[in-house]
Amino acid sequence: MDYFLELFFGGLTRGSIYALIALGYTMVYGIIELINFAHGEIYMIGAFTALIAASALSLLGLNGPALLILAGLIAVIYSAAYGYTIEKVAYKPLRKAQRLSPLISAIGMSIFLQNYVLLAQTSDFLSFPTLVDEFAFMEPVSHIMRSSELLIVATTLVSTVLLTLFIKFSRMGKAMRATAQDKTMAMLLGININRVISVTFIIGSGLAAIGGVLISNHIGQINFYIGFIAGIKAFTAAVLGGIGSVPGAVLGGLILGWTESFATGYVSSDYEDVFAFGLLVFILIFRPAGILGRSTKDKV
Amino acid sequence: MKAQSLPFIRRAASEIFQSLLVSCWFMFLTFPIMVIKVNPLERTIDWQWMRLVWIGLAVFPLSFVWRWLMKRKEHGGGQDGEDSWQKRLGEKIRADRKIYTALLAILAVFVAAFPFMFSSYQTQIMISALMYVMLGLGLNIVVGLAGLLDLGYVAFYAVGAYSYALLNHHFGLGFWPALPLGAGLAAVCGILLGFPVLRLRGDYLAIVTLGFGEIIRLVLENWNAFSFGPSGIAGISRPWFFGADLSLGQHTVFLYFIVLILVGFTILVVNRLRNSRIGRAWIALREDEVACQAMGIDKTRTKLTAFALGATWAGFVGCVFAAKTTFINPASFTFMESAIILSIVVLGGMGSIIGVIVGAMVLILLPEYLRAFSEYRMLVFGASMVLIMVFRPQGIIVGVRQHYRFGRKESTEEQGERDAASA
Amino acid sequence: MKRIICILTGACFVLFSGAAMAEDAVKLGVPGAHSGDLASYGLPSAHAAKLVVDDINARGGVMGKKVVILQEDDQCKPEVAANVGTKLVSEKVDVVLGHICSGATKAAMNIYKDSGIITMSPSATNVELTKSGDYPNFFRTISPDDAQALLQVDFALNTLKVEKIAVIHDKGDYGKGIAEFAYGFIEERGAKPVLFEGITPGAVDYSAVVQKIKRSGAEAVIYGGYHPEAAKIVSGMKKKKMDTIFISDDGVRDETFIKVAGKYAEGVYATGPIDTTKSPMAVAAIEQHKKVYGAEPGAFYLNAYAAALCLLQAVDKAGSTEFDAIAEALRTNWFETPLGSISFDEKGDAKGIGFAVYQVQNGQYVEVGQ
Repeated sequence: MDYFLELFFGGLTRGSIYALIALGYTMVYGIIELINFAHGEIYMIGAFTALIAASALSLLGLNGPALLILAGLIAVIYSAAYGYTIEKVAYKPLRKAQRLSPLISAIGMSIFLQNYVLLAQTSDFLSFPTLVDEFAFMEPVSHIMRSSELLIVATTLVSTVLLTLFIKFSRMGKAMRATAQDKTMAMLLGININRVISVTFIIGSGLAAIGGVLISNHIGQINFYIGFIAGIKAFTAAVLGGIGSVPGAVLGGLILGWTESFATGYVSSDYEDVFAFGLLVFILIFRPAGILGRSTKDKV
Repeated sequence: MKAQSLPFIRRAASEIFQSLLVSCWFMFLTFPIMVIKVNPLERTIDWQWMRLVWIGLAVFPLSFVWRWLMKRKEHGGGQDGEDSWQKRLGEKIRADRKIYTALLAILAVFVAAFPFMFSSYQTQIMISALMYVMLGLGLNIVVGLAGLLDLGYVAFYAVGAYSYALLNHHFGLGFWPALPLGAGLAAVCGILLGFPVLRLRGDYLAIVTLGFGEIIRLVLENWNAFSFGPSGIAGISRPWFFGADLSLGQHTVFLYFIVLILVGFTILVVNRLRNSRIGRAWIALREDEVACQAMGIDKTRTKLTAFALGATWAGFVGCVFAAKTTFINPASFTFMESAIILSIVVLGGMGSIIGVIVGAMVLILLPEYLRAFSEYRMLVFGASMVLIMVFRPQGIIVGVRQHYRFGRKESTEEQGERDAASA
Repeated sequence: MKRIICILTGACFVLFSGAAMAEDAVKLGVPGAHSGDLASYGLPSAHAAKLVVDDINARGGVMGKKVVILQEDDQCKPEVAANVGTKLVSEKVDVVLGHICSGATKAAMNIYKDSGIITMSPSATNVELTKSGDYPNFFRTISPDDAQALLQVDFALNTLKVEKIAVIHDKGDYGKGIAEFAYGFIEERGAKPVLFEGITPGAVDYSAVVQKIKRSGAEAVIYGGYHPEAAKIVSGMKKKKMDTIFISDDGVRDETFIKVAGKYAEGVYATGPIDTTKSPMAVAAIEQHKKVYGAEPGAFYLNAYAAALCLLQAVDKAGSTEFDAIAEALRTNWFETPLGSISFDEKGDAKGIGFAVYQVQNGQYVEVGQ
């Protein structure tokens, strides 16, 4: 039973990270129907900025939770700024182009950002400082779940709830939903589409940065390439849950995390990803629009 | 005098102010990553302020250029002008058979003489580029014609390469018999992938194909007994040429001509396919699935043939790839490869054969020629992809839509053919 | 657009012919992964080559000629490596330091073989490269996979007296190679490996694999792969309060591992060439890197440094850049390098690189057995 629980919580942590990144994918997709391949790179830049900020701040004598929060905040701000700029440079000019053009632009952006960080910083793995100590109250269950894992799961939960509330009730959230439904109509109703899209990118990028900081704090090392695999997995999670749907992204992330964890635990980690993608194909056969996705009716 | 210069000064001032703003923004943006170089192991920090200054200085003029190009694009001046210039030239060439054949002849001579004019390195990378032309044309069937976004195309490429490598390793089968076998196996895989994804559309299809590509790679990596795992298969024989014992250089030239002939064959087939019944069914499917079914087109069969035929070309190229490098391992068949092939199709201009050729040349030869930039190679490559897309969203060569004219004496068939030739 | 491409192409031709103008020089090709996910294993070698060449040129070069470096990026991909190989050959390279990955090396080796060019890799450990005899022009300053695996297994069974061993690898060319040999040796010795698993490099965490190791009841883990994943697994195990012994390879016997894994690295065993980092030559080489690049050198730096020295000194001693002469010089002479005094056997493996088992004690690798 312990073994099962351990795998369950391991999968929960992994799934939460996927979910945090998948939220950005799903939001962007929901609004402009673009698979933002550079999103994984934003996550990486978030982690790097946090590392840089934390190192700089710790030289100033800061430590503990204050350091984590401050470094995390800087990372979120910078990632959001990157997300905003990338949208303006690489996607906005392509808004009226055919659907695949922004996708290629995103792939190019992803290659560019990876090499930008590689050249400006380093190709080596850097150790990420442990920013939070183990919580004392977690001690009895620490063999099953660690404090940093709890932090990840809790943050994902809080972020999702906040995001859902924001989309549901705030003025901007309503504008976002309207834009997602019908861009032209939203424009006619006086919604500033450009602003809505920018805000979407900012929020999505910020969430990715939170994910980047937390996972780096959890596993203790980063390099310029971490965004690529995380990005692909998060994209898978978003599609699994039904791309465009916020609860779907979280559900998809968790299911993906659990599948990988249990596949490793009970079968073999050799085929961990085969199981993950196999499950994806299997689910999409029965629900072609993802678990929580709404299938749209075709009209001529 | 004064009245005239004032608005000009004001405009100039506002332009400069805008650029200043942009350059400040980029300095802010790149500040942590460019300036602060931390060494978390030693707990030291390097501040590289000069980099910030360079960024500011570089962005400032670039933002003028960017805005100017954007304005040109928005007003349609540049784009349309170029298009019409392109179109006019195209029409002129088409109209005058003499120029057309002359150009073709020059091209043919150049292509045939290429390996003798340039070094074997140039020939090697040209072989690579031509291989990608074939891959691009194959993927073009799936993405460009049938409108099915495939992110796992590399899987079929891997199937082709491993078919030849394994057949050669275990049974000593040569390149020539393996070529159709590899293509056939890839086609079978295409159909196998096609079945479960028939109901999926757009980006759901994209992620499933991506997953399929990864699954194939992971199986090759993990199933040692079958594929020799990550250490790969070495010593694959080169193509047989009437039993002649060729040197490496001669082999390169020979391979070049093999690929050239295959590319010619591909262009011929793809061109004919597009104007065929099935080709028109693909285009109809791409434009509107429901309407297409209403017209009585069998959706299942149409989609499956698209997958199978697309995969066939990947299988061909896979065999050539194994013969070219004489060593393969799963590392060559990553998702990035699929992304590059897709970029070739979109960047070159979707649905256009010349576009795909140009796209392959740009994307495969660019990184090779960018070697002069050494470390900055991939940085420049990524940036060029973004820039080409931003300023030419339709691709480098804009595909010409087929026109069928009625009520004229000229047969529609001929018109269609001519258009196709120009596209 | 076409015009731009033409101009670009033309410019590149001019650039290349410009580079090829330096006719009277010894050309050292340095192919390897300089971009992409494996760049961290390729760039240190490029740095090493540059430092060695600068040094040698400052002292008057080789055979009275300057040495120039032709650095090429192969991204560790076989197909790119084959192109890079052809490029180097058509630029009339004299000797090659590389490639970095075994796969890329195999793909390029035939091209060098046909042109009679000696290559020396600082990091390609695949056994077949030397043992198969297919590549007479291949040399290396790193030991093949099987030697390390044998040492690991013997150390675990005889010195540490463990019975249950789990074998984990990173599915890569290098890691899986070592792991498979280790598995075979464990069975040969009559012990039973309790687990044989490949992990996905770059995955966000490895908690599930760690749990699996715990459940398998393994007393020791033999891990084949590089330090980033090893650091994640080790810290995962320690954080779960497991005291399983962790034994790994050359890819982990790297200072970066200790620094990245921090306190969790304590007690980890790793095999590797006999430690020479305290030898004056190695200290000087590392200092030189710190001075020029402002950072600690990365993976395979000393191996590449040694390889560059051996290659260029062999050319100097042979007095020519002919295949037979250099090969002869490499096999008959002993070279003073940061890895110690080394020479090469008939198959191309280095002689004089001894092996030892190290353990991390107080944040440092300490030799605990040979």
